[in-house]
Amino acid sequence: MQLIACPHCGPRAQAEFEFDRAVDSVLALDASPAEAVTRLYERENPKGWSWELWRHSAGCGVFLKLHRHTVTHEIAEVSRLDAAP
Amino acid sequence: MKRYSSLGLLAAGLTGHTSWPRAWRDPTPRTHYDIVIIGGGGHGLATAYNLAKRHGVRNIAVLEKGWIGGGNTGRNTTIVRSNYRLPQMQDLMEFSLKLWETMTDELNYNVMFSQRGAIFLGHSDSDMTRLAERGDAMVARGLDAELLGRDQVARMIPGLDMSRDARFPIEGGLNQPRGGSARHDAVAWGYARAADALGVDIIQNCEVTGFSIRSGKVEGVETTRGPIGADRVGICVAGHSGQVAALAGVKLPVESQLLQAFVTEPIKPMIDTVIMSQSVHCYISQSDKGEVVLGGDPDNYPTYSQRGVPMRLEQVACEAIALIPALSKLRMLRSWAGTTDMSFDGAPILDELPIEGLYLSGGWCYGGFKATPGSGWLFADHLATGQAHPIARPFALDRFARGTTVDETGAGPRARDR
Repeated sequence: MQLIACPHCGPRAQAEFEFDRAVDSVLALDASPAEAVTRLYERENPKGWSWELWRHSAGCGVFLKLHRHTVTHEIAEVSRLDAAP
Repeated sequence: MKRYSSLGLLAAGLTGHTSWPRAWRDPTPRTHYDIVIIGGGGHGLATAYNLAKRHGVRNIAVLEKGWIGGGNTGRNTTIVRSNYRLPQMQDLMEFSLKLWETMTDELNYNVMFSQRGAIFLGHSDSDMTRLAERGDAMVARGLDAELLGRDQVARMIPGLDMSRDARFPIEGGLNQPRGGSARHDAVAWGYARAADALGVDIIQNCEVTGFSIRSGKVEGVETTRGPIGADRVGICVAGHSGQVAALAGVKLPVESQLLQAFVTEPIKPMIDTVIMSQSVHCYISQSDKGEVVLGGDPDNYPTYSQRGVPMRLEQVACEAIALIPALSKLRMLRSWAGTTDMSFDGAPILDELPIEGLYLSGGWCYGGFKATPGSGWLFADHLATGQAHPIARPFALDRFARGTTVDETGAGPRARDR
């Protein structure tokens, strides 16, 4: 099984993680209705490298930002969501 | 078109089956078509067939980047049913189911449609309440549904673990007797042969790489075999809907995920119905070859790989064995994965896109196979007349912005996770 390197728990089996959403679909609390529709429903849905939010749901529970390839499943980067850019 | 018949099969057998003509041509693309369909799966081929047959459009091409039926048409669990809860979905899938019942005669091609019944299992009181509600909704809409008690399910599916300490205890079920399964490849081949006979050009190994758009109107497509002009273009490409629409600058409300299926080695008949559990998300049936066909949850993250994660195989095998313990004796023969375009309410999108003359039949999620003949009929109507058929209207693209989603599972924008 593919391993995902959780910054807290180290490399763990993919089964412990859940895909949450694409980063471009994160909705600001003060978004206008039109922007909300765009964010909630429209997707780049890239075939290639993608920025995504995942959660270590069966582990420490942290939200993670992944840079992941949607064809090869290669993961180039895993960071905590709250880490400085 | 040489008509297929039992007598013809017998006669051809006398000469070692060397006399069969090819079933469809391999034409060179023309420079212009009235209508171009992108995607040579069941949906695209059925659309072309309906355009030629019912609307008299003769100048049609179906462009397929690989070989026809090589995508999700050949990568599903072949289940056909219309046992939905919401009237919009019921009308769509029942319209399709009725067309399945006549498809073999219509196409003169045996699609081996077998109405062996499709049974949802209930594992708890609340499951049974949900199944009763669904069954009532179906009967009220004129569909066939039978609520089954525990004993009835035990009689119909002898191999189930009916013990009280089973991992998934059986409390009853909901049967749709007219549901069943079909031979997936035959659906693509049958539509291809019938469409070809009506003059449709089926062009394989021809990938669309761009659109020619002028003043907001589509004028044709760029392909790996050169530019092809078209008055109208229909997109029927399942998991790549978002990619193809992006070539025209349109973003869709879909995410591409994998749906896997598995077959065991062939055995003698042991399951004569389609078994589904929506609580467990396990699908079990037996093919005419004797293989037990298994399906489960999608791989719930965006991917185009067409290679499923092994943990899903383990999960589906565990669930199937918990339901029918005798399956543990079988070896797994093959597995495959299809890339599905998951829409955010779990319902398809049948509409003209914001570019004039460019139409989409997509977002079929993991329910596309059963919809093949209905989808082809409705999409052809839309392409030919510019007006959506009444059954297709609830599946307009603007339903997300308007808040009129067709939310069968009641999960809102997370319906894809179900």
